[in-house]
Amino acid sequence: MSSDQISREETLHIAHLARLAITDEEAALYASQLSAVLAHARDIGALDIAGVEPTMHAVSMRNVLREDVISRSLDRDEVLASAPSSEAGMFVVPRIAGEG
Amino acid sequence: MAIVDMSAREMAAAVRSRELSALEIVDAHLAEIDAHDHEVRAFLLVLGDEARRRASQIDAAIARGEEVGPLAGVPVAVKDNMALRGVETTCASRILAGWRPPYTATVLERIEAAGAVVIGKTNLDEFAMGSSTENSGFFATRNPVDTSRVPGGSSGGSAAAVAARFAPLALGSDTGGSIRQPASLCGVVGAKPTYGLVSRYGLIAFASSLDQIGPFARNVEDAAALLSVIAAHDAKDSTSLGAGFDASEIATGVRGMRIGVVEEMLDGVSPGVSSVLDSAIASLVEAGATVERVSVPAARFGLSAYYLIAPAEASSNLARFDGVRFGLRVEGEDITETYLRTRASGFGAEVKRRIMLGTYALSAGYYDALYGKAQQVRTLIARDFAAAYERFDALISPTSPTVAFRFGERSDPLSMYMSDVCTIPSNLAGHPGISVPFGAAEEGMPAGVQVLAPALGEATMFKVAMALEAAAAKQTVPAWRSAAAS
Repeated sequence: MSSDQISREETLHIAHLARLAITDEEAALYASQLSAVLAHARDIGALDIAGVEPTMHAVSMRNVLREDVISRSLDRDEVLASAPSSEAGMFVVPRIAGEG
Repeated sequence: MAIVDMSAREMAAAVRSRELSALEIVDAHLAEIDAHDHEVRAFLLVLGDEARRRASQIDAAIARGEEVGPLAGVPVAVKDNMALRGVETTCASRILAGWRPPYTATVLERIEAAGAVVIGKTNLDEFAMGSSTENSGFFATRNPVDTSRVPGGSSGGSAAAVAARFAPLALGSDTGGSIRQPASLCGVVGAKPTYGLVSRYGLIAFASSLDQIGPFARNVEDAAALLSVIAAHDAKDSTSLGAGFDASEIATGVRGMRIGVVEEMLDGVSPGVSSVLDSAIASLVEAGATVERVSVPAARFGLSAYYLIAPAEASSNLARFDGVRFGLRVEGEDITETYLRTRASGFGAEVKRRIMLGTYALSAGYYDALYGKAQQVRTLIARDFAAAYERFDALISPTSPTVAFRFGERSDPLSMYMSDVCTIPSNLAGHPGISVPFGAAEEGMPAGVQVLAPALGEATMFKVAMALEAAAAKQTVPAWRSAAAS
């Protein structure tokens, strides 16, 4: 493993990637806590296990096919009723692109 | 015997034979909740009216001579990460406060079809991330045996509800030990089935390759009875195995069975828990099993692999909580700022920590060194378990290295994560595991013994659990009862 210390700046960057607004003080705390967990994970970083197949899933999966028939899905109005904002059968979101 | 002390199977038999009505059973439990849940705080939501209405329907069906199912009239407490149509479902997170799902989880459809009555939604660590229920976005649940201590987690509300006699059965979910560890800390039975045996449809996802729903009960046969109702193929879950579980042949004893004690799960175990395990081993030998130590070397790396894989999957699964389709929205200037504000305000600290850990583990430059390596370790753990199962029918260990701790005692995240060191390896391998209460350890607090078996080895696992239960000391009781008795 390259490094198990995460800086405050790096923590702010990760938080932004994860779409979490955090303050500078929170970033300092999370940096030290994340570093501690990653330091613990150093034990597997040191394992020499090249060539071992990764396991993505405990169950070996393959595609299951069925006839393409129309079946009932969730009621649209009931689903939209849970949304913070909806209109004319659609979710309403704040501005995505700049005006122009 | 008081109604609330009966087993689930006794309650169902009494309802079917009309010795008791389903409504009497539900009312007895609602009265217990009313009298004591202010001390325990197991429930986020008690469904009193709905449960009474459902109980009356069952009584009416019985009066008409209809078939009512194996759990007729039995109250079940449900962890609040399983969707029930039209009923607030929050995952104990402020980001979902007020959300009423437009669909019902398959497990809840199955238990209702079997005649069970959902009596309430129980508290948990937010999004099932934690080992004490202190991370709930609303309030902490207390251990009914000693209310100054945590019930464990993340299914702490479900474990506490069963221990407190608020319901004879409960459903929890187990991603790294979230059924077995609170079962151990509260002195009840809790089982995590083989991955894929129980449908995850309607279970709000934490780490999809590890999550599995399972039963809580005060005795092993009740847990097996609930599992037999929920274990079935479900076309709505692409990882559903298509196997079922038959609870009818689990009481045949362990004579001649070979049982291994996992060496790697004995490190850092408290003296009291260690002596509980020793008595459990002695009782299995007494019952005719051969018990020997066995090494599962890669189990040592389970914790590290888990705290890369589970957060990585969580960071992806929890991306859906963005203030667009359901739950909280904190409006910003544009969509990105809305995401940032909504998630900052709706998620608690532990959830943010894990999302960031997972985002880091999956990011360019670290993916191979962290996430990729953790998945290779997962292969090693499965291999080492397979080698152990060539020599042994089942494996045992402590469920949790310690008894229930006090509130605030584990404020450092890593020390909290250590609670799950014995339970995590079976999630990574997809194998079943159960915690059986085996008397008291430190300060009179309950401690469980964990029984592990290979994939779809539930029958073997329950046999060993039954043998342990037969030899175990008397059940622990809620604090208000031991106070009344002394």
